[in-house]
Amino acid sequence: MLNKYPLIKYALYLVGAFVFSSVVQMLINAGNVSSYVAMVITYMCISVIAAVSLNLVLGITGQFSIGHAGFMAIGGYFSAIITKTSLFGMVDRAVFPDIILFIIALLIGGIIAAFAGLLIGMPTLRLRGDYLGIATLGFGEIIRVLFLNWQFVGGAAGYSGVPRMSTFVWAFTLAALTVIVIKNYINSSHGRACKSIREDEIAAETMGINTTKYKVTAFVIGAFFAGISGALLVHMLRLAHPTMFTFMLSVEVLLMVVLGGLGSISGSIAAAVFLTFFSEWFRDFGAVRMIFYSLLMILIMLFRPKGLLGSKEISLSLVRQGLSDLREFPDRIKKRFSKNTENGKGVS
Amino acid sequence: MSVLTTKKMGIRFGGLTAVSNFSINLEEGELVGLIGPNGAGKTTVFNVLTGVYEPSEGEVYFYDHLFSSPEKSLKPYQVTNLGIARTFQNIRLFKEMTVIENVKVAYNKNVTYGFIPSIFHSNVYTKEEAEIDNLAHEFLKIFNLHKKKEELAKNLPYGEQRRLEIARALATNPKLLLLDEPAAGMNPQETHNLMELIKFIRERFKLTILLIEHDMHLVMGVCERIYVLDYGKTIAQGLPEEIRQHPKVIEAYLGEEV
Repeated sequence: MLNKYPLIKYALYLVGAFVFSSVVQMLINAGNVSSYVAMVITYMCISVIAAVSLNLVLGITGQFSIGHAGFMAIGGYFSAIITKTSLFGMVDRAVFPDIILFIIALLIGGIIAAFAGLLIGMPTLRLRGDYLGIATLGFGEIIRVLFLNWQFVGGAAGYSGVPRMSTFVWAFTLAALTVIVIKNYINSSHGRACKSIREDEIAAETMGINTTKYKVTAFVIGAFFAGISGALLVHMLRLAHPTMFTFMLSVEVLLMVVLGGLGSISGSIAAAVFLTFFSEWFRDFGAVRMIFYSLLMILIMLFRPKGLLGSKEISLSLVRQGLSDLREFPDRIKKRFSKNTENGKGVS
Repeated sequence: MSVLTTKKMGIRFGGLTAVSNFSINLEEGELVGLIGPNGAGKTTVFNVLTGVYEPSEGEVYFYDHLFSSPEKSLKPYQVTNLGIARTFQNIRLFKEMTVIENVKVAYNKNVTYGFIPSIFHSNVYTKEEAEIDNLAHEFLKIFNLHKKKEELAKNLPYGEQRRLEIARALATNPKLLLLDEPAAGMNPQETHNLMELIKFIRERFKLTILLIEHDMHLVMGVCERIYVLDYGKTIAQGLPEEIRQHPKVIEAYLGEEV
């Protein structure tokens, strides 16, 4: 019945995400969950936002972009400026609710990142494949160096003293929102247009698709959510620093998308959660950690070259199918055994 | 009424003249063939007609509307919206998309809902998507592909991939269809079926068709008029019987009498 009223359905999803994360947040506040774990799970949600937004650009539209850290930096720095200066001194944080200030900061961070995406996308998206990758890589570095030399945001010392506003509730609810928005976009006619560009740009254009428009749109949406994830990250760590947004961060997000499966949203979510967990788990091993991490990637690429989920999505029907397969499993074993004995008789 | 007219169209890549002085005229409802040896510039002509390349000289008219000249040239998607569709020499389906999705892409230009309705799946979205789904299904039925609509395009057999590519091009609702070597890689039986298909869609959709082909049996079988290109120049034009006996054509292309 809810399928008739999609708006209510998605609102309910968001409320559900909010309620769930609030319960977890209460456990965190009460001390039942350590602040370390709280930080890790918040970071997982931030990674999910970054990975899913990159998947729209890379996995769905097929544009090889490795400048995601640049957009995250823009979102992070500009939102931090808003909250730290209390909207340039226009509001009094003693009376003005933090929630609204943070929403304004997130939006401004996201919008400036999206605008940067538009400026970068217009000239570079005419490039293809590796060339686009290198161009976006260059862009990411330019952004980082700009912040490194901008004294207003602390330059090389970083922009510290940002209020801690990202909580698990924020990160989780926004991750849910990101997934809903991007998934719905993919399932629309516009999403099909994006996929057709990934499959064959020339054919897409002869089918009446304005490829430039859709590539830039995907890039801008991706940049917007990357900006949001950067803003959440900065408000969790209470610091914006140029070293946070290096090329390695772009690569990490890229890995999540590739490991999860290009074009699979649930794959990106799974990979973001999994990789964050994995790198935390191996923290105790020190330098050896990177070896484990790299080995894991080699193994996944060897055995699942299309990523953990390929281009499939985890859905309820898939789970149901899996469950019924499991239920049939004992029967199948029995059958095999009985067959074997019959065969055995035949031979003797 | 003439559907497509080119006037002294030419295209150069640097110093190389790929096509020169190409003048063609297609009347409404005609089925015209464009033949020539490999490298004669046939596909280049198609690429100019569909906006992939800008012509270096000359003019191209679609229903007396000038749409391509060295001064102004439409982008491929604008040419499609004008009413010219094409297929490719080597099939260019959206391989990792389903059969029905391949067709649905063609309806993208009719979609009126924007970004906001698409992310909230509002009523406009639901209504238009249902419409597109219906249209695409009916369309696949015409081509007898509806039973395979949920399969990935790459999993179809070769002949059906061709059929889907033609179906997809027709879904953009063109008045002029350009077919680039539709029979390439087909066995005689498949070629025969293709000939039937071409005749059928021509009646069904009231199309004007321009066809590039190497298979002489197919060209002579379905085309009403033929243009022959060699080294970018039109060396002959006329009825199939005339082309068959044209000495220049025999010398340049056929090598022997068909």
